[in-house]
Amino acid sequence: MGSGLDALREALRANHSGLRPCQFADARLSTWTGEVAKVDATALPAALTRYACRNNRLARLGLMQDGFEQAARDAAARFGARRVGVILGTSTAGIFETELAYRQREPASGALPAAFDYRGGHNVFSVADFVRRALGLGGPAAVVSSACSSSAKVFASAARLIDSGVIDAAVVGGVDSLCLTTLYGFNSLELLSAEACRPFDSERDGISIGEAAAFALLERPAGALPADAVLLTGYGESSDAHHMSSPHPDGHGARLAMAAALQRAGLSPAEIGYINLHGTATPSNDAAEGNAVRALFGSRTPASSTKGASGHTLGAAGGLEAVICAIALQDGLLPGSPGTRHADPAIGLDYVIAPRSAALRHVLSNSFGFGGTNASLVFSRGDACRP
Amino acid sequence: MPALTAYVRGVGVIGPGISDWFALQAVFAGHAALASAPTAIPPLAVLPAAERRRVGNVIKLALATGLQTVAAAAADASSLATVFASSGGDGANCHAICETLASDDRLISPTRFHNSVNNAASGYWGIATGAQAPSSIICAYDGSFAAGLLEALVQAISEQRPVLLIAHDAPYPEPLRAVRPIADAFGVGLLLTAQASAAGQAQITLALTDETVNSLANAPLEALRQGIPAARSLPLLACLARLQRHAETGRVVLDYLDDVRLAVSVKAAP
Repeated sequence: MGSGLDALREALRANHSGLRPCQFADARLSTWTGEVAKVDATALPAALTRYACRNNRLARLGLMQDGFEQAARDAAARFGARRVGVILGTSTAGIFETELAYRQREPASGALPAAFDYRGGHNVFSVADFVRRALGLGGPAAVVSSACSSSAKVFASAARLIDSGVIDAAVVGGVDSLCLTTLYGFNSLELLSAEACRPFDSERDGISIGEAAAFALLERPAGALPADAVLLTGYGESSDAHHMSSPHPDGHGARLAMAAALQRAGLSPAEIGYINLHGTATPSNDAAEGNAVRALFGSRTPASSTKGASGHTLGAAGGLEAVICAIALQDGLLPGSPGTRHADPAIGLDYVIAPRSAALRHVLSNSFGFGGTNASLVFSRGDACRP
Repeated sequence: MPALTAYVRGVGVIGPGISDWFALQAVFAGHAALASAPTAIPPLAVLPAAERRRVGNVIKLALATGLQTVAAAAADASSLATVFASSGGDGANCHAICETLASDDRLISPTRFHNSVNNAASGYWGIATGAQAPSSIICAYDGSFAAGLLEALVQAISEQRPVLLIAHDAPYPEPLRAVRPIADAFGVGLLLTAQASAAGQAQITLALTDETVNSLANAPLEALRQGIPAARSLPLLACLARLQRHAETGRVVLDYLDDVRLAVSVKAAP
């Protein structure tokens, strides 16, 4: 979907999909992916080359967009570097480097190549460590790695740290990059579609994997809010306690997360103008999410999954879809669902296939994952939150 | 800034020569030497048989640590929010996947793949206990325990509900072991509550600091602290043991990030 907010806005407006037949590395799979251009060509700062891996290159590419690096540095100047945290989500971190290193093991000893850097690439924390150093921040830092809810949950963690006074601001978001573990893993579960994924379509048949870096600078609202300021007004988290890789068919856990997010925002379901669905495009996931949404919202709230445009960006999905929600609120746009031809009537939602305009005040975003982890976020416009 | 204060309702610990919190307290008190034995991960009875066959040692360690903590606190696991903190997740599972992907036949087993998510322990915990409360998974390399403690305590305070912290780490097999040596498996659990449920309970208060990290005088315990990320919790456990034994207040500085440490003050709840 491109790099930067302008490209993302344009893609959403045009209902453009970034999915293409998979050409990642030497993966020999009949599937489509949302591969980000120019990741390999993105260099890390000279002092941080130990963090070189696809995931951190993608993170750098994301940080370089839209003046984000400067915004983070400005926050550090305003609050003090130690008062700005870094809480990011990823599922696979720099595992692609490890996958490649396993092909170059020393034949006699089995040792990994000498250049392999566990902390810089493989370790789950690597991306937050890298981003914190790249931005010169000195506050608390952590990675949340709860599969496909990771970078939604970071908004909740950071909001709590701000509310309890530990920090004044946080860089939040998610970075997840293509790797063979997820491509072949989802293939082994027979969850990959052979074409571009079609969320909530009657004939949906699996996911397309994507990759993304998405960042937001979260801080307490101060002074008079611009009308189009975007506020995190609610978050809710829950667990399915049901199965490792299948959601509860009724979507009970998903419903708990959405209800908790609404409660924290002090909003009724009818006040939500758009739902960015998790919508992975597997038959069971979309059916379960549809059941959960219908139980709480009925059938009238416009909803779509944007994974037909981006692919499922796994640990980055919550962050990317938070940014999409922010654009929806600011531009008054209901994002569509490229790839989806006929919304499944058995699910019975007001499913938005083609983007259209709508005045939005509050929107909700869902992110669910393996292990039965659920997170929902509510975002609101500044002019919808004035006392 | 409001005080980052919560209460410890239960402690669990499993490590090399350490079967539980009582065994570790005896070592802290000087009543017993740390047994020179590898970590014994107790068998897991709580998962359905089908799931039990699918889980590796790291997940067994995490679940056993959590169950021990919940039992010590006489709490109901199904009602608790959880924070899992690990520096690396399931290394044996990761190794097996990377080996398969480096071979000519890249067919990963579906179970291996769904166990590869870093929240696998959290997922199995939910299946085992029925807990539908929020569950988070935190990593901060060697400072994962401190990052998890901060997340759990802030959650307990801001959500006003008990939070079970489970920090756990286990060794990688070769060749990852050579680049990331972890001495043995270690799990530590703390059940934190925003309010004290009894007088004398341990009250802990957190603060970020740049002071030097505390080490332990007991050499075998200090070796564990340095050798296993989750065992960076040991200075705090020593402090909790002293409070219990001598009603002694204390303060320790724990490893967190290279330039930020976590100070924990410990005293008895009024």
